[in-house]
Amino acid sequence: MKVKVLSRNPDDYVRETKYDIQRVPRNYDPTLNPFEVPREYTRAMNATKLERVLAKPFLASLDGHRDAVNCMAKHSTSLSTLLSGACDGEVKVWNLTKHNCVRTIQAHEGFVRGMVVRFCGTSFYSIGDDKTIKQWNMEAPGYGVEEEPINTILGKTVFTGLDHHQKNGTFATCGQTVDIWDEQRSTPIRSFSWGVESFSSVRFNPVETELLASCASDRSIVLYDMRESMPLKKVIMTMRSNTLSWNPMEAFYFTCANEDYNLYTYDMRYLEKPVTVHMDHVSAVLDVDYSPTGREFVSASFDKSIRIFPKENRNSREVYHTKRMQHVVCVKWSADNKYVMSGSDEMNIRLWKANAAEKLGVLSHREKLAANYNQKLKEKFQYHPKVKRIARHRHLPKHIFTEAKEHTVMREARRRKYVNNVRKHSKPGAVPMLSEREKHVVAVVK
Amino acid sequence: MASAEVALKHTHVEKKKKVSERYWQGSGEEKKDEAPGGSHVPGDQPAPLGSQTNQQTRASEKKKKYKAAERHGKKAITRKPDPFPGSAPVPEEKRLKFRRKMKIDQLPQYLTKLRRVVASSQAESEITEKESARHDQLLLQEDAGFLEGDEDEDTCTISQEDIADAVDITAGAKYFNLNLSQFGPYRLDYSKTGRQLLLGGRRGHVACLDWQTKQLLCEINVMETVNDVKWLHSEAMYAVAQKKWLYIYDSSGIELHCIRKFNDVLRMQFLPYHFLLATASATGFLQYLDVSVGKEVAAVGTKAGRLDVMCQNPQNAIIHLGHSNGTVTLWSPNQKEAIVKMLCHHGGVRSVAVDKTGTYMVTSGMDKKLKVFDLRSFKPFQSYFLPAGASSLALSHRGLLSAATGDIVQVYRDVWNTPVKKPYMAHKVHGAVWGLHFCPYEDVLGVGHGEGFTSMLVPGAGEPNFDGLDSNPYRSAKQRQEWEVKALLEKIQPDLISLDPGKLSQVDYATFKQKHQDKVKVLGYDPLARDKFKPRMRKKGRSSTGGVIRRKNQVAHEDKRVSSSQFWK
Repeated sequence: MKVKVLSRNPDDYVRETKYDIQRVPRNYDPTLNPFEVPREYTRAMNATKLERVLAKPFLASLDGHRDAVNCMAKHSTSLSTLLSGACDGEVKVWNLTKHNCVRTIQAHEGFVRGMVVRFCGTSFYSIGDDKTIKQWNMEAPGYGVEEEPINTILGKTVFTGLDHHQKNGTFATCGQTVDIWDEQRSTPIRSFSWGVESFSSVRFNPVETELLASCASDRSIVLYDMRESMPLKKVIMTMRSNTLSWNPMEAFYFTCANEDYNLYTYDMRYLEKPVTVHMDHVSAVLDVDYSPTGREFVSASFDKSIRIFPKENRNSREVYHTKRMQHVVCVKWSADNKYVMSGSDEMNIRLWKANAAEKLGVLSHREKLAANYNQKLKEKFQYHPKVKRIARHRHLPKHIFTEAKEHTVMREARRRKYVNNVRKHSKPGAVPMLSEREKHVVAVVK
Repeated sequence: MASAEVALKHTHVEKKKKVSERYWQGSGEEKKDEAPGGSHVPGDQPAPLGSQTNQQTRASEKKKKYKAAERHGKKAITRKPDPFPGSAPVPEEKRLKFRRKMKIDQLPQYLTKLRRVVASSQAESEITEKESARHDQLLLQEDAGFLEGDEDEDTCTISQEDIADAVDITAGAKYFNLNLSQFGPYRLDYSKTGRQLLLGGRRGHVACLDWQTKQLLCEINVMETVNDVKWLHSEAMYAVAQKKWLYIYDSSGIELHCIRKFNDVLRMQFLPYHFLLATASATGFLQYLDVSVGKEVAAVGTKAGRLDVMCQNPQNAIIHLGHSNGTVTLWSPNQKEAIVKMLCHHGGVRSVAVDKTGTYMVTSGMDKKLKVFDLRSFKPFQSYFLPAGASSLALSHRGLLSAATGDIVQVYRDVWNTPVKKPYMAHKVHGAVWGLHFCPYEDVLGVGHGEGFTSMLVPGAGEPNFDGLDSNPYRSAKQRQEWEVKALLEKIQPDLISLDPGKLSQVDYATFKQKHQDKVKVLGYDPLARDKFKPRMRKKGRSSTGGVIRRKNQVAHEDKRVSSSQFWK
């Protein structure tokens, strides 16, 4: 007879010395590991709960300004530098790793309206209420030398916004007209206007570097091409936009922060309808900035919170607020996709994590694997009601919570009255059912 | 001088060895190499010179390839091309084992994003399936046991002593008898890893030992009738169903808990992934105890009298109970009534066993029949007649069925595929069999009987390759602690127990329909309704009626079969 009985050699299964790692033989047979789905579901619940426990996004507060922070500028090459301009004309350069101010310049008399760092990183521009554009050196002057701008340009009217070209030595300002300047000249090389009194902000497209967009006071957004002599087209909305930001990954999308508590993402080619309407703020949205991945953006609002939205979603995925943070005027997403900086009315700049539960610093290989696994589990089970309820839960300050409830009730009432009173009693087809996207655009003018 | 030159020409210096032909190259390649060699005329100079030109052509070709690769900017590695490129193929039947049910087959054309997401996730599943199948085929360490008799020899006539003599010493030591005739017929249980054995004698003797090293962990006498013994999640605690109540003991024999809520317990089953101890009582109650928190989760009144026959389905944690009217009922802690009631036998049901994959159930009854049922469709599969009926049944991981009648234990192989004529093995023990269990990862069957305990060798019963992360018989104390913490974190809540464990991963159509109906009512129109396909009228006479109708018909099947709002029905 031929016989073999299972007998394992312990030497193959037990480690030789205590300095070795343990041996773990694997068998991926599904019958040996039953209940795959319920166990994964339990792990996903645990991961979601842990994420809420570990969500501590606030990192630091940069203290030092003596008046409200009005604008911020990201350094184009250094991740640890941030520039900010206050309402008393002061410009401060901060070191984000040490959380301290490296340099202070009394740049303007009056507000600092806008700041931008040149693409090479050696100098930056600032505009102020004293109708000047000043170019400063990025390096601090030596000991005993006074702070002097490299260049000063006097304008005729107040400038309200500033942005620099990505590659060439040109920059754009907006005030009563949108001007394109060459760095060497002291008069603008081109001026765009379209019968508008004033513009509030101007932005260059980071990908298609010859395109510009600006927000005008007649509730419109105007698109320009630097090479042409006339503006391209404009879209008129129901309320005015404060600022806009281009998507750094998709050249034709830009998001504008509007006064009617919403943000609108437009496709530059089809301005008739916004691609998405982002509705979550309860007061005017003051600033918006995209993440360098182009997948999310952060918005700052007059209700004292900042929200992070995924680019195609209607609702925000995250809201950051503090009792001490008052109306948030400007916000920036850092270039390494990890941090969000917000400047607010009460003279502080706050540094937040973009992913609230992320562990910063160097992670070991096992930590990275575990974090990736948990992330994938949360994505897989994100629509299950119990998991969704935990993942969505955020604490809101009382004023935002009550305002949001009021707004829901108001919106519901408006919709109900439209459907029952207007639509039901009109000739069929006379009163169309408009989607949320179609409601906010008044006209597109070429 | 000339001869010296000729001699020089034919030396071994600077001459490469002739490469012998491999079987996969064939003789064609050789000829191909020779043809462009140019001046190779048949009947030419003998081997050395001919091979020289061959080598020269090969070398020059290699040089050309190197130069070409360099020109493209890549570093060339001068190595022979791999005759079997890529990884080893895995046959399709092996991959089927790792294939999960892929439900989505036909999606309408306009759901582009969904189709893309489904396609990418299915591609990922295929990669994992291939990797698992390759691991299964090539990287598993052990092979299963087997027993084959000679031409005239029947495997059921081979005795345990013969097998123990024929195998190595460690395997032979796994056949042993414990003579414990004082304390009544013995019930037994193996722990999940298979290392520890728990024995409970009817008259109160309870002992737990590591049966491979024969090291005794504890031995007590509880001074009461012991109905059943069961290990809890690890070898740290076990439960003993005594005459009145349920007791929990430590592995050193210290009584930890006496749970009075669980009275008259006759049989117990432990659900390892839910940390639930299911107990069947003489009063007809099926009670579930969560051993991690120590709370009773559910008490189901079965109203079926004395519950004596119990087993669990390891794939979905459903408890099977056998009754004296021939029915087998299936229970979960979430329902007050049985999920399924099956009539299996004409007389009472004596024993039930479910296999590890959860597809087959084997029952034996008072009508001396042994029946095999398919659990997916609840239909009978096979039916055998046993002259004396089987009082206990046990199924091993690899599908071996052991049936005990009186004091004879018989093992059958492959009960569900082909009708079985004779047993695979048989053994006579010293007393009437009272408990029967296969050891999880060993080729061993434990038999508890009136005269003590016998451990018999059944080659081919145990799963040869265990999963180290699930239950590792060779784990250290540290590994056990880590495993316990992870298992407790992953503990499945009892309200997820149902017939189909994968129910959570399926789309909840009912809720979606309900929500959609509410939305339509609120909005006043159906947001998912799509307009009928209107073919575009082409200019310059290219749009004839026939063409328009043809284009309409191309999409007609989609309109007819599935409209988006009805897709989810």
